[in-house]
Amino acid sequence: MITMTGIRKAYQTGKIRFEALRGVDIEVKQNEYIAIVGPSGSGKSTLMNLMGCLDTPTSGEYLLEGDRVESLSPNQLADVRNRKIGFVFQAFNLLPYATAYENVELPLLYAGLRAKQRKERVIELLTRVGLADKLGNKPTEMSGGEMQRVAIARALGNKPNIILADEPTGNLDTKSGSEIVKIFDELWQDGHTIIMITHDLNIAKRCQRVIRLKDGLLDTGNGNGQAQTKVA
Amino acid sequence: MKLSILYNVFARDFKKQRKRMVLTLVAILWGTMSIMLLLAYGEGMKQQFGKNLNGLGEGIIIMWPGQTSIAFQGYGKGRRLHFLPEDVEYIKGRMPEFEKVAAEYIRWGAPVRYKDNLLSERINGLYPEYKDLRNFIPEMGGRMINDLDMQYRRRVAFLGNETKDRLFGADTPIEKVVGETIYIYSTPYTVVGVMQPKMQMSSYQGQDSDVIAIPATTFHSVLGDPYLDNIILKPDPKYSFKEIEPRLFEVMGAKYKFDPKDDRALSTWDIIEERKITLDIFGAIQIFLGVVGGLTLIIAAVGVANIMYVSIRERTREIGIKMAIGARRIYILMQFIVEALGITFFGGFLGINLAFLLTELFKMVPIESDVLDFMGRPTVSLEIGITVTVILGILGLFSGLFPALKAASINPNEALRYE
Repeated sequence: MITMTGIRKAYQTGKIRFEALRGVDIEVKQNEYIAIVGPSGSGKSTLMNLMGCLDTPTSGEYLLEGDRVESLSPNQLADVRNRKIGFVFQAFNLLPYATAYENVELPLLYAGLRAKQRKERVIELLTRVGLADKLGNKPTEMSGGEMQRVAIARALGNKPNIILADEPTGNLDTKSGSEIVKIFDELWQDGHTIIMITHDLNIAKRCQRVIRLKDGLLDTGNGNGQAQTKVA
Repeated sequence: MKLSILYNVFARDFKKQRKRMVLTLVAILWGTMSIMLLLAYGEGMKQQFGKNLNGLGEGIIIMWPGQTSIAFQGYGKGRRLHFLPEDVEYIKGRMPEFEKVAAEYIRWGAPVRYKDNLLSERINGLYPEYKDLRNFIPEMGGRMINDLDMQYRRRVAFLGNETKDRLFGADTPIEKVVGETIYIYSTPYTVVGVMQPKMQMSSYQGQDSDVIAIPATTFHSVLGDPYLDNIILKPDPKYSFKEIEPRLFEVMGAKYKFDPKDDRALSTWDIIEERKITLDIFGAIQIFLGVVGGLTLIIAAVGVANIMYVSIRERTREIGIKMAIGARRIYILMQFIVEALGITFFGGFLGINLAFLLTELFKMVPIESDVLDFMGRPTVSLEIGITVTVILGILGLFSGLFPALKAASINPNEALRYE
């Protein structure tokens, strides 16, 4: 489903070149539940952005459901983000001026769904995350947990196979965080593939597999470059 | 690209981002309206001045007899010349370059009486052509002196509106004036008409509104003045007076025995030329107002650019979010373009309408003011409004489009982190 080989990503800030990823190989199979952990600056977010096609690697090969991502056009990448991947951010990234309903509707608009289909789908999604009564609320009128649930509903809009979550509980209190994690558990049980960055080891423990990153490389503890696997 | 997608997203965002859009809209509205109003006042003033200049007459030359300054054919210099009544026909017959020729007698301080009201007034004996040449337009219910009055030397009088007020009182309506008898030097005259009030900026014998006009022939035979005071000439529009002036001096010189090169023998006042100069001055004023308006426009444009620029940060994130959830670049760019164009044209449309409305309102206000007589009524020009809107539109488009282009060309990841 996801095959990354020799992925490198460098950022250039003025004269300073910083290599966030220095050759990473990752293989993700259908319906896996993966946690990515590692200290700050280890390259977790960079890796996740590359997986989500929000950014392109400096070198290396990324196969997503059989497609070579490097060779996709910007429009094809947009469609991949729209249909194949659902992204959940730490900072929620909801449109501040739009209601919960409208935020969830946006990816459906870009997918070209008809008004009736959109309406059914948005209500279905928001009901699923338990916000059926907050359709008309704007982000400023919701708690962090509610905002993140809106973001999850938005990510699920076009039934993507893969859900990518970049510290989805990072900005939440423990109670809201565990509610969010519960939703991810359910999504996994429904057959979604979930890859989540987290700092919380309790959350990492629930996952099928933990990928550790350190200084832009996979941290296997013994340095042989293989992802460490742990069955939940 | 699906238009429906574009429309759906746009319709939604337009409602949502009302504040920013309204601000931009107001900036464009203000710019369009200001420049239109400024130029409208300029145009109104120019038109009013043109009209006021016409108060004395349009396209005419006024000619007075002078004094010779060159000895000629045995006559010494310093001889005073006088125009005779037959000179009108004389010039008409010899100079087809003139479309119309007319003349007048003037007597100051003549006793004029209506009932018990005795006044000392100026009496003009003039030709019916004064109606068109000097804009002696009668009010409804009356008429100007006509050809039959001339032919039969009728004792009829045409009154300036001020004279009418003095003789009959300002409240007396025209119907109560026309047909009444007034006495000039105790000779009865029937009033046939009253002049429409007009704005007159230049004159050679006082305001026309103070006139008591009687037929030139009547004047000549009843009051007995032998000489015309002045002759009014209207050249065919094909000729400028400068071209035909030497010929006029030859024709008149042949009759009155003066050197055609003697420029003191006749004095002329070219109202056509003067009008052109005045209108040129107003052209310059309009250019000035245009410059002021242009500067106002720049302020509005800076406002538009500023509002667009300030919102880049917010909007870059917005673009990042939209791209992260699968918006194609073209949707994002088109949204900005449509938005900028929509706001601009709506703002421009409102500005143009508001300018129209304000000038119409101004026209409706019944101000009786001398200032207004000179300023005229502002007249808006649709062309200017459209030009201004398009300029602001292009500006708004660019100030909105470039940040959008930039935001849409970077990775969604970078756009999301834009600070």
